[in-house]
Amino acid sequence: MKKAVKRGYIVNTVVLAAVYALCVVLAAALEGNDNFKLTIVPSIWQCCYLIILAASLNLVLGFMGQLSLGHCGFMAIGAYTAALMSLAFQRAGVYDEKSGAVFILIMIACAICAGLLAAVFGVLLGIPALRLKGDYLAIITMGFGLIIVNVINNLPFAGQNGLAEGTAAASLYATGLGFGSTAKVTYLWFAIAVTILCVALMFMYIRSKYGRAVRAIRDDEIAASASGINTGYYKVLTFAFSAFFAGIAGAVYACCNSSLSTSSFSFTNGSILNSTFVVVMVVLGGMGSLTGSVVSAVIMFFLNYQIGNGSWVHSLPGFIQSIFAYPMLVYALVLIVIIMFRPKGIFGTYEFSLLRTPGELVRLLKRHGGGKKAAGGKEAAAQ
Amino acid sequence: MLKIQDLHVSYGAVRAIKGISLEVNDGELVSLIGANGAGKTTTLHAISGLVPAESGEIILDGTDLRRTPPEKIIGLGMAHVPEGRHVFARMSVEENLLMGAYIVRDKSKVKERLELVYGHFPRLAERSRQLAGTLSGGEQQMLAMGRALMTDPKMVLMDEPSMGLSPILVKEIFSIIKSLHADGITILLVEQNAKMALSVSDRAYVLETGLISMSGKASELLHDDKVRRAYLGA
Repeated sequence: MKKAVKRGYIVNTVVLAAVYALCVVLAAALEGNDNFKLTIVPSIWQCCYLIILAASLNLVLGFMGQLSLGHCGFMAIGAYTAALMSLAFQRAGVYDEKSGAVFILIMIACAICAGLLAAVFGVLLGIPALRLKGDYLAIITMGFGLIIVNVINNLPFAGQNGLAEGTAAASLYATGLGFGSTAKVTYLWFAIAVTILCVALMFMYIRSKYGRAVRAIRDDEIAASASGINTGYYKVLTFAFSAFFAGIAGAVYACCNSSLSTSSFSFTNGSILNSTFVVVMVVLGGMGSLTGSVVSAVIMFFLNYQIGNGSWVHSLPGFIQSIFAYPMLVYALVLIVIIMFRPKGIFGTYEFSLLRTPGELVRLLKRHGGGKKAAGGKEAAAQ
Repeated sequence: MLKIQDLHVSYGAVRAIKGISLEVNDGELVSLIGANGAGKTTTLHAISGLVPAESGEIILDGTDLRRTPPEKIIGLGMAHVPEGRHVFARMSVEENLLMGAYIVRDKSKVKERLELVYGHFPRLAERSRQLAGTLSGGEQQMLAMGRALMTDPKMVLMDEPSMGLSPILVKEIFSIIKSLHADGITILLVEQNAKMALSVSDRAYVLETGLISMSGKASELLHDDKVRRAYLGA
């Protein structure tokens, strides 16, 4: 058992390092390609923060069994923290070009601070909120998600027209971090590295003694408490841990946008960053499967992208096109279809594993006597 | 070992326990019998801190349990097997048992306890990788008991271990309780199955709507006319 765990860590680390190296090499090779630069790289950036966000919500929703509808609030906190910090550094003259070791260090520091501040809010919200259960918790967290957006809007140094030095608009021009398309290619390694690191940390957390306690609380709070687990402590800890990663997702988000607007994080129609979208991602992937969240974040990103930008949309009948103008309707439909036909999501609680899954797939193929299922995608392999 | 003085527990305006006193000595198997709603489970919950006591004293080996949070009580050597087989359904049998030893830091000790519990319940060893939710009722009860034994407790509170089990399984569970008692573990047993409970216990208390109406040696209560008529169906 012990040996298998060690072997698992070694194999996973080696494969992740290989995948990472492959991405970096590919990025270098394709640098001149316009399609790669303008479509694929921004898509990878978006997938990265969606993966972190979905996985972090899965900690609370899937592993702890508590419905939180305000996760994007934490992401907003992280995004604004990272943007404001980097802007402050730039104004202080610590860096002016978006390159060099100093800038990379600042980027890392911003991401960590974004996570920490989100985690602080996670503790502050978690202590009162986690005394509630089910619907009540959902309502209070949803309230948090709505309120935090307004709070940010009204901060004198952020939001409506603060940070752009009175120049305009309901958005914060985070000139400090926001990457243009060339910088996005240059720092693609950063997005991928952060994503791999975050998901790996969350994975280690749920596999640890803490994670076992959290799953025990989900299954039976009374028995968990009778086994000597301080249920309140573990709930708040996990909530804060999850908020930490949502904050980091926010930092990555801040990196890949030229401007920040609080409306991206609220329940407005065009935005895919509202908290219900994240819930759909988690449910689609499987509550209790981090690899499921990774896969479904990518699927949902493509769905969202295709609805918005796919050329095939224009060949659809008019009424479907008019539905597509309201992506929220489509996500609601997706959620209903999942609940009807596969309530446990794509992966259920199953985790893709490099050690087990290839063997299991071979067995499955043999039993069905033919190629029914294709091998798991690269995204899944990234676990 | 455990001493309760004048315990009162209320749920809002409803007074569930109206001042009971009982005592469990070292190595004893004491049962608490009574009808539905008499307050048996509430008493156990008050002991392990899952519901707050309104007044009274609960002392375990000199420690006031009313001032001890539930997660600390288990560290004092008292384990609770909750009613209705509260197992962690989506975790494996072995993970369930490891949860029982959550407060034990010493890994070799945990392993030792695991072997011991598997010795008591060989059926659990066979199914160590199975998800607990897929076990049969009797197996889940065994798992809940095994989990409580993981901390090497001095005293175990058992809440309705026979609930919803077939007569054969009830016998099996009670023979396990007897063997635990023979190993020197102090047990406070709550049961509706008064006959079985009295037949394995040293002493017993009869609880009636929040008050103790009778107490004494189990063998005497078993032959007491009033008890026979009210709880043994004779």
